Amino acid sequence: MALIQETDYGTPHILAKTQVTLEIDGKPVTVPAGTSIMRAAVESGVPVPKLCATDSVEAFGSCRLCLVEIEGRKGTPASCTTLAEPGMKVRTQSPKLARMRRGMMELYISDHPLDCLTCSANGNCELQDMAGVVGLREVRYGYDGANHLQPGKDLSNPYFSFEPSKCIVCSRCVRACEEVQGTFALTIQGRGFASKVSAGGTDFLSSECVSCGACVQACPTATLIEKSVTEKGQGDRSVVTTCAYCGVGCSFKAELKGNEVVRMVPYKDGKANHGHSCVKGRFSWGYATHKDRILKPMIRAKITDPWKEVSWEEAIGHAASEFKRIQAKYGRDSIGGITSSRCTDEETYLVQKMIRAAFGNNNVDTCARVCHSPTGYGLSNTFGTSAGTQDFDSVNDADVILVIGANPTDAHPVFASQMKRRLREGARLIVIDPRRIDLIKSPHVQAQFHLPLKPGTNVAIINALAHVVVTEGLVAESYVKERCDVAAFELWRKFIAEERNSPEAVEAVTGVPSADVRAAARLYATGGNGAIYYGLGVTEHSQGSTMVIGMANLAMATGNLGRRGVGVNPLRGQNNVQGSCDMGSFPHEFSGYRHVSNDAVRVSFEQAWGVPLQGEPGLRISNMLDAACDGTFKGLYVQGEDIVQSDPNTKHVSAGLAAMECVVIQDLFLNETASYAHVFLPGSSFLEKDGTFINAERRIGMVRKAIPPMAGYADWEITIKLSEALGYPMHYSHPSEIMDEIARMTPTFAGVSYEKLERLGSVQWPCNEKAPEGTPIMHIGSFVRGKGRFMITEFIATDERTTDRFPLILTTGRILSQYNVGAQTRRTENNVWHSEDVLEIHPWDAENRGIREGELVSLTSRAGDITLPARISERMQPGVVYTTFHHAMTGANVVTTEFSDWATSCPEYKVTAVQVQPAKRLSEWQEHYKEAKRRTTQILSQTGAD
Amino acid sequence: MNAEHMIHNANQIALYFSSYPREEAVAGVLDHLKKYWERRMKDQIIQYVAQGGAGLHELVVDAVKRLDVPQKHATPR
Repeated sequence: MALIQETDYGTPHILAKTQVTLEIDGKPVTVPAGTSIMRAAVESGVPVPKLCATDSVEAFGSCRLCLVEIEGRKGTPASCTTLAEPGMKVRTQSPKLARMRRGMMELYISDHPLDCLTCSANGNCELQDMAGVVGLREVRYGYDGANHLQPGKDLSNPYFSFEPSKCIVCSRCVRACEEVQGTFALTIQGRGFASKVSAGGTDFLSSECVSCGACVQACPTATLIEKSVTEKGQGDRSVVTTCAYCGVGCSFKAELKGNEVVRMVPYKDGKANHGHSCVKGRFSWGYATHKDRILKPMIRAKITDPWKEVSWEEAIGHAASEFKRIQAKYGRDSIGGITSSRCTDEETYLVQKMIRAAFGNNNVDTCARVCHSPTGYGLSNTFGTSAGTQDFDSVNDADVILVIGANPTDAHPVFASQMKRRLREGARLIVIDPRRIDLIKSPHVQAQFHLPLKPGTNVAIINALAHVVVTEGLVAESYVKERCDVAAFELWRKFIAEERNSPEAVEAVTGVPSADVRAAARLYATGGNGAIYYGLGVTEHSQGSTMVIGMANLAMATGNLGRRGVGVNPLRGQNNVQGSCDMGSFPHEFSGYRHVSNDAVRVSFEQAWGVPLQGEPGLRISNMLDAACDGTFKGLYVQGEDIVQSDPNTKHVSAGLAAMECVVIQDLFLNETASYAHVFLPGSSFLEKDGTFINAERRIGMVRKAIPPMAGYADWEITIKLSEALGYPMHYSHPSEIMDEIARMTPTFAGVSYEKLERLGSVQWPCNEKAPEGTPIMHIGSFVRGKGRFMITEFIATDERTTDRFPLILTTGRILSQYNVGAQTRRTENNVWHSEDVLEIHPWDAENRGIREGELVSLTSRAGDITLPARISERMQPGVVYTTFHHAMTGANVVTTEFSDWATSCPEYKVTAVQVQPAKRLSEWQEHYKEAKRRTTQILSQTGAD
Repeated sequence: MNAEHMIHNANQIALYFSSYPREEAVAGVLDHLKKYWERRMKDQIIQYVAQGGAGLHELVVDAVKRLDVPQKHATPR
């Protein structure tokens, strides 16, 4: 595909029911009321010269190039700031306009370097284009006067450069930072001739800039430009694909020269991101070609042996024969596998199919087990389906936004920008979080309420909010009567109204002032459209599922479901965590969340797959590890997942893996789990294959192969090879055929096909006969399960308790610049922002322990101990400490415990009782890790050299 | 799974359902074990209850008594 040049309409699209018709250069044009003349002209195929206008930001009217003439009006108004009106007659070209535009361009060019031939933006520069459009042939003023041509660049940001001499001070970057990203890091410093773009008076790296790339995207010149473009030149082809980082699922254009990616540019037609991006998707793709990629299959007899590179045939044959040997010796259920939320739907579907059909058991699980499995349990039991209720754009209609246990500006930054835009427009914000997250107070955003609860008391808080709704007469009675199971509601109403659930009664437990809880509940219940957004701070608790149910209860009780602007919305962690769940990755259900014990469903799969299938659930990941330690589980196939680094209680995970006889890892890198593997199958990045990802709003987005698989095969092809070697051949020549099978076998996907995805760009499931183009908003009119089901949510404190020995509570999470186990982002320049995990601790707790900023501290729990640097931070409340798990060497999960959600076994990452003390050396585990890592990752080359 | 871990997991399930009327609560625990516990785990808890079920929540004990009897694992393929 050639390089895609998207049309820039100059000003944003307007949503309005009223249409206006005007005439532009003699052609009638009809547009929504409120549309600029510039946009109306471009939509009708009439380009208008411009420099300061771009359709991602509001019109500014400073460059004076887009002037037009309007019949009956004096002067030459700017078409970007003048709105289309009925009957208007506009001329975009006249001798007078041409003279004026040429004059403006003379002024711009008189103060611009004339280095077009060697400029990085050559061929993609709007200033250059406009010089051509207006017919600039000379600059009468010369180039000797006062100017801004001083040499010098700001190269501090690892991904883009800032060259002020090329700046025309159009303010597009400043406005993009404000309006698109919402960070307000850039400004115009000085006045008049001295005006210049500034990153708050410092360099970009030291500024508030979050490297989202919106300014680079908006810049019409080479002032702000990707370093990769400066280094490699402009791309010559584009491939539209879906980002492989978080669950927002941004659409990107991969721009390439041959098979080398030059840059990733957010795609304007992407319905999840509307042309916006974050530092990870926009810039942090270098891992895909990092030298650490393993490109040859490898095997070894023992995990203490060096790896030996072998052919694909030998590696696949060895893995299959080992799995068969193990099953012959220990039984059919002695092996299993883990699907990946980083891989495509089609790949995930194939892995679970291979396990059920070729392994002959249901021992399949996925990394959603350790993040959003409680979402599936809670929402399916209350609403009838395991997914969020809204599309992202629904937030534009929200009046009250309730963010619980989520940190969107770090973990879901592109959606956070959309949310912040709505907040700047006037929506009100309630945040329930132990930490003072950035969203609570950021430029032009201020939460009405922050309820800083103690970790582990979510259910007490949600019950207290519901208590206020029920006891203060704020229940949407008619909604509940019409839409919900009334008997279940009455049982719940009686329970929740009990005094022990009141804000006053739970204040001592939660630490949140009861008056704030009452006021927040009133605001959510009466403030208009109330929308709940939540993250892993909800799910990763021993009562994770109960809390999801609690949120569903609250939304139903207030009637905040089934229309735009409301809903219960999980912010999914990984790019395809929704899809991996949808595809039947859990041990108890087939694709589309249908239990394996459902005879009709199972028989349909048996007929389609031609083998008998088990009707009992298989093992969850944690159960597999337990069974391995017990000696009944001996073999594991892991696609794109690193359970040693990401799952809790590393020592237990390691012990389980070490007890197995054959562990097969399919991944890009020799990850931590690979240290316990016997077969390594080199996987492919998202750039190297076709398929689909499903984001947090149930949107199925296309992943398109931009370059050939570096190791020879896409992941789906590798699974097919393994399955065939196991004696169960699967016949697909392209992922579209896998999706066709998914559609045949899964009612909620019945209408999905690659042809439709190509035609519509993306589609949100359910997509079937009832909703042929998908379902942006769920539960309109009635719930998927029929009547909404209220369930009782008794608060039960976790068994993980603080004591004199472990007096602090540790919560873990992620930050903006790193992603999960860091396998991708640690292999990029993002390390400039976060090169190691640190322990955030409140000043009081630090002072009590004699801990100073940056010094090493030991972090000890009942499970284990690690050492890491301290960061003293008032984001934390006293008694609570926080760290990330991005770096393997830190071993954050050495400390976390095996306590987990009662319903789904989702680990309780958010509550670990710990002690923190000054330290001088690494922990014993960390010392052991360094040595073990060196020993278990040695590779013998084909010549036998180490 | 070690017994302590199994008891803790099962009791956590019982604690959730204990807010419901007793028969509904037992049915809830039973349904949960049926839907989400693998055969080995079911067999283990059935045997544990048969041996007295020390430390198990009474709802678990009642639910486990209604679980299917242990079956022999399928023959290796």
